[in-house]
Amino acid sequence: MSGEDDLIRLQAEPIDVGAVVGWVSDVDGGAIAAFVGATRRQGGEEGKTLAALDYEAYEQMALGQMRQWAARARQQWPIRKLAIVHRTGRVEVGRPSVAIVVSTPHRAQAFEACHYLIDALKAELAVWKKEVWSDGNSSWVD
Amino acid sequence: MNVRLKMFAVLKERSGAAEAELQLPQGTKVSAALEQIGRRFPGIADVLPKAAVAVNLNYAGRDTVLHDGDELALIPPVSGGRA
Repeated sequence: MSGEDDLIRLQAEPIDVGAVVGWVSDVDGGAIAAFVGATRRQGGEEGKTLAALDYEAYEQMALGQMRQWAARARQQWPIRKLAIVHRTGRVEVGRPSVAIVVSTPHRAQAFEACHYLIDALKAELAVWKKEVWSDGNSSWVD
Repeated sequence: MNVRLKMFAVLKERSGAAEAELQLPQGTKVSAALEQIGRRFPGIADVLPKAAVAVNLNYAGRDTVLHDGDELALIPPVSGGRA
């Protein structure tokens, strides 16, 4: 099965998770698994708190990586539809930075494919994030 | 030969440039290109040994031979975070 129909996107606009899930819905996909990664509130030194994360992507490379992982997932699981949407730009704390949604005939396959994809993104996706703190300071995460 | 250099995140900020053209002798390897980059952008010289490199959108090792028109990207550690 070709992955031409996958929804693979980097976007500066907020991620509408409901719309992504709707896009992945398929009459032959009895199971839809969604992983949503969100920016997490955290404390820093001297009582300051995290306000947002700024995401910067090497867009051509990141899109190629996501397409490659999507193709690998399709080789391993009977995926009906697949979406990976990742944010760029500023994401306020608590807002989605990535959504991975997969539909398959049965639930175990959907969970496994989703898990595989988020692990691949976390390890190697050419996207970087900068912490923006409540006091206005910022620093790249490494 | 000419190779297009791209820098991201902390490397872009510290070098003050997102892109640059490198003029290199034929057959230059990534390792030698990095030495030239370190001389041209001293602000990132200390980070270069730790940076990963992509050539034409794929991760590449230090021994990779560059060709005219290649795109060489310096890849800081990716954002990932804890599982």
